[in-house]
Amino acid sequence: MSFSKDVLIIDLEAEAQRIGGEIRRIVAHECKRRGLVVALSGGIDSSCVAGLAVKALGPTKVFGVHMPERDSSGETLGLSQSVSTTLGFDSTVEILTPILEGFGCYQRRDEAIRMVFPDFGPGWKSKIVLPGLDGGELNVYSVVVQKPDGTIEKQRLPLKAYLQIVAATNFKQRTRKTLEYYHADRLNYAVTGTPNRLEYDQGFFVKGGDGLADVKPIAHLYKTQVYAMAKHLGLPADICSRAPTTDTYSLAQGQDEFYFSLPYAQMDLALWARNHGVPPIEAAPVIGITAEQVERVFRDIDQKRITTRYLGLKAQLCGAVPEIAG
Amino acid sequence: MPAPDATAVQRDVTAFIVDNFLFGNTAEAPAPATSFMETALIDSTGVLELVAFIEEKYGFKVADDELIPENLDSVANLAGFVVKKAG
Repeated sequence: MSFSKDVLIIDLEAEAQRIGGEIRRIVAHECKRRGLVVALSGGIDSSCVAGLAVKALGPTKVFGVHMPERDSSGETLGLSQSVSTTLGFDSTVEILTPILEGFGCYQRRDEAIRMVFPDFGPGWKSKIVLPGLDGGELNVYSVVVQKPDGTIEKQRLPLKAYLQIVAATNFKQRTRKTLEYYHADRLNYAVTGTPNRLEYDQGFFVKGGDGLADVKPIAHLYKTQVYAMAKHLGLPADICSRAPTTDTYSLAQGQDEFYFSLPYAQMDLALWARNHGVPPIEAAPVIGITAEQVERVFRDIDQKRITTRYLGLKAQLCGAVPEIAG
Repeated sequence: MPAPDATAVQRDVTAFIVDNFLFGNTAEAPAPATSFMETALIDSTGVLELVAFIEEKYGFKVADDELIPENLDSVANLAGFVVKKAG
């Protein structure tokens, strides 16, 4: 197949049916559970997974959990509830903020930011970002803060501050997963994971957090295909047109500045090209960047696969236990 | 502080890598020209550790635009960078 934007076009109904069959097989026979829990973030991925789960099992066998916290966007809860309402399945709201306060999530994160901005405190907002595609720099994170007067400042993160900010914010994904498993255990259901192919391939998840699940129905779908599938499944228009966001930091943060080199539509094409051996010179005009930039994105894809391999590894044994299937 | 020479920096950086990344296994120490990234020996978090090490040991700050493979992606590149900065 020659490389063009059309490579991402799939037969959506046929794929939804195939995924539905897999969901039924996995939940019934691999997991031996009676339904699925879906954590709803108001984003495209979890909404699409909810749509596929309902199509596969019916609305009475799907349970949604909405889990906003202090740093969530104000529109998060309304958007995620519109999904459960539209698809007609039961759900509950779990406000994470007091749990995260108990863990010291915000306090530990702010303490780390103060290693770089000593005055950081109430009224300030923050996010962490990677250098852009043209910087030529290694993938080293910076913290961006907005002061109470609105001014923005950016500083590269030293090792200790970087690790502590990530460690503290990872409480959010791990707390969400704990609550998902609470509801799954209570209902005798299995838990869904909602990564798309970009996230799954490039390790954009927290180990033991959003990376933990019994079934990941859209991990093979490029993000462009997830948007198309969500529309095909009849999800609310506000969900289908919403730009991807991490919804994890208090300053608005696009996934492309936090983790990926390019916005998702271009990143999908770059990943497809990398997976199918398309030369940079041929991929460049389709993606809309230069061949040199494609080479840099390809290197970044390879590098992220290597450096995030640990996230997908199961616990490693130091001696064989052949009686237990892996 | 006297200006470091490249051989001494290579020795110090290699010792840091062996101690910090390889738990003392000198048999896996990288050759001076070996790319850390291509061999997956050191990832982007490891780069931060190396930066912290050379900043502390040689007493200078690494600027954002100096965080490039030409300065940091092998023992030899690091040594050349440190000699240039600290010299």
